[in-house]
Amino acid sequence: MTMSHRRRSARAPLAITAGLASVALLAACSGGTAETPGGEFTGEYDGPDVTLSYWNGFTGGDGPFMQQMVDQFNEEHDNITVESNTMQWADFYQRLPAAVTAGEGPDVGVMHFDQLGTNAARQVILPLDDMTDDLGLTVDDFSETVWEAGVYNEQRYGIPLDVHSLAMFYNTEHFEAAGITEAPADAASFEAALDALQAAGYDTPFWMPSRWPAHMMWLTLDWQNGGEPYETDGSAANFAAEPGVESLEWMRSMIDEGYSPGDVAQDAQYVAFKNGQTSITWDGIWQFNDLEASDLPYAGAPIPNIGGDDAVWASSHQFFLPRQDDENKLDAAKVFIAWMSEHSGDWAGAGMIPARQSVRDSGVLDGVPQAPIVDKIDSMRFIPTTPGIGTVQSETLEIAIAEGVLGNGTPDAILEDAGSRATQLMEENLATFGG
Amino acid sequence: MTGASPVNAGVLSKGRAPARRLRENAKATPWLFLAPYLTLFGGFVVFPAILGLWISLHRWDYTLPLKPFVGLDNYIGLFTPGSTTSSIFWQAMRATGIFTVASVPFLLAVPLAVALIMNAKFPGRNFFRAIYFAPYVLGVAVVAVLWRYLLDNNIGLVNYYLGQLGLPSDTTWLTSVPWVWVALVGVTVWWTLGFNAVIYLAALQDISPELYEAARVDGAGRWSQFVNVTLPGLRPILTFITINTFIASANMFGQSYLLTQGGPGRETRTAIYQIAETGLRNFQMGSAAAMSYILTLFLIGLSILVFWLFRERKGSSR
Repeated sequence: MTMSHRRRSARAPLAITAGLASVALLAACSGGTAETPGGEFTGEYDGPDVTLSYWNGFTGGDGPFMQQMVDQFNEEHDNITVESNTMQWADFYQRLPAAVTAGEGPDVGVMHFDQLGTNAARQVILPLDDMTDDLGLTVDDFSETVWEAGVYNEQRYGIPLDVHSLAMFYNTEHFEAAGITEAPADAASFEAALDALQAAGYDTPFWMPSRWPAHMMWLTLDWQNGGEPYETDGSAANFAAEPGVESLEWMRSMIDEGYSPGDVAQDAQYVAFKNGQTSITWDGIWQFNDLEASDLPYAGAPIPNIGGDDAVWASSHQFFLPRQDDENKLDAAKVFIAWMSEHSGDWAGAGMIPARQSVRDSGVLDGVPQAPIVDKIDSMRFIPTTPGIGTVQSETLEIAIAEGVLGNGTPDAILEDAGSRATQLMEENLATFGG
Repeated sequence: MTGASPVNAGVLSKGRAPARRLRENAKATPWLFLAPYLTLFGGFVVFPAILGLWISLHRWDYTLPLKPFVGLDNYIGLFTPGSTTSSIFWQAMRATGIFTVASVPFLLAVPLAVALIMNAKFPGRNFFRAIYFAPYVLGVAVVAVLWRYLLDNNIGLVNYYLGQLGLPSDTTWLTSVPWVWVALVGVTVWWTLGFNAVIYLAALQDISPELYEAARVDGAGRWSQFVNVTLPGLRPILTFITINTFIASANMFGQSYLLTQGGPGRETRTAIYQIAETGLRNFQMGSAAAMSYILTLFLIGLSILVFWLFRERKGSSR
């Protein structure tokens, strides 16, 4: 989940035709329902040698750390070989259902928690309740929101690997020049910091993006303002409620008050931050890797509490088991997941926050750049795992926030429009998947 | 064609019995020669096209066991104002229309100008031919990412240099109309003009120099030669280039997907973009297939119109 997350590869029309055709072929050879998961899980695998195909989307700076963990696992397990297949997340979510439906899917994988519901409803992935019972994994070792994020329809489909939230990155040189000693933590100190930066000659200290991660910023602000963007049962979207409108107005005000230039196109705010053209940017903690590798004098801090309630947008990478009928592979895949979960300390190197309390307490987070964010783990908020929510969000909210930030309409009208369309789509999804 | 003569030679030398066998086999021969292509054509064009029609009559999500038959509902939905699909689809068709109308004239005229220059004799001609064709070999992803950074209104080089030249440096190429269309058409012309230029060039080289000579003898100037010799000489190829360019423009997807993400709002979200979103990301294959067929009908109509416009007119020669 790096910058490349957004860069979906383009497909020529021809590829779409071919895609539809292959999809049709796949559909023709599919059929059948979810298989029951393998035998009782003991934490060990003593069957014949197996090779597991492991799909993930760690195409950025996080990739090498994942590969390192996989290599170590392979070294420690003689009869299991794990082969990674890494692709862009956007392609990942498009390919996985097709591959699993065709019986060509992976044996184990990682996905974002908000895709678990979608894939569970499509019977692409298997419930893991028996596995967590056997492993003795409980909510006690995780923060509750992260743990609950792996559940859809009262069944567990994901074992959390990490949690990653939005963070505030700032240029320490600029802060020093402006005489700011502490990272702003609320609305007043944030605006004071922006004014101080402007006084110090940094004319546009906080570029407001119109695209990614703008909708995550809006979600963060909505929760801070006391809003709830989606009904938790997946029945409706509440974008246009008072807190949502306030949030979008605040985002737009950054431009109107001159803290940000207008019309910030995709990625421009981040490039500007790396170039020292702007002083503060909000982005995902996965950017720590990229920023560490640059010469930029920077620091990371939690997102300031603008709205009043302490809240920040977060997501989580979770392990899943795709539907398949090879018992040995299922058992081996469970061993892999259990091992990876225990060894997720190494994953901190990728800029992420390991999901397990015991791993976090082991000291792996001491001195890593994302350490200041870790304390906020209890204020991290997740969208519901309703099937289809990912598409609903990209088809409605992301476009609406872009329109609002660009100033192509009033926040309430834009959000009203997007909200009613989102609700319409969510109702359709509920009808398709039966809740 | 003289391709059959070796077969006949074999027939003659080997007597009558094999000849009959060969004659019988001869019925299969054309099919055998066509087989490799027919297999691909059938498997990747005819079969998907028919299956697509079938899919468009269902609520078709390939990951779900039930794919209920819905008759013409998908089509009716697209023509019913207020349904979840119609307004967005027609907005996408409008975007495709705007892009096609805006880009086709440039994609026909600019490559012709380039081809005319490249057809002249001057030192380094091959080098320039390669330069003009070069962008075409790039993938759309490369082209779009490159131009996304160049055209960015806040951090891009294009606005920076415009500013250096004393021109307005705050044009929002990627975030507001009409500039997004200017950017998309401009990038597309830059990217694909080489293809049409090469075809024009080949056609130009086919025009007999004697015709130009005769025109000159008759006292024709440069413009007169262009209108009376070059253009008529290009007519056969012009039909192909025009239809091909129309279809390529109507299928625009990658540029807006990567440069503008369909924005601002859904302004530059083209029909193919919307079909891909609906079918491949939303798994609504039925609705996406219906959209494809409506787009196809438009393109067929357009092709017929172009054929009609470029038809041989009897007695119209000057």
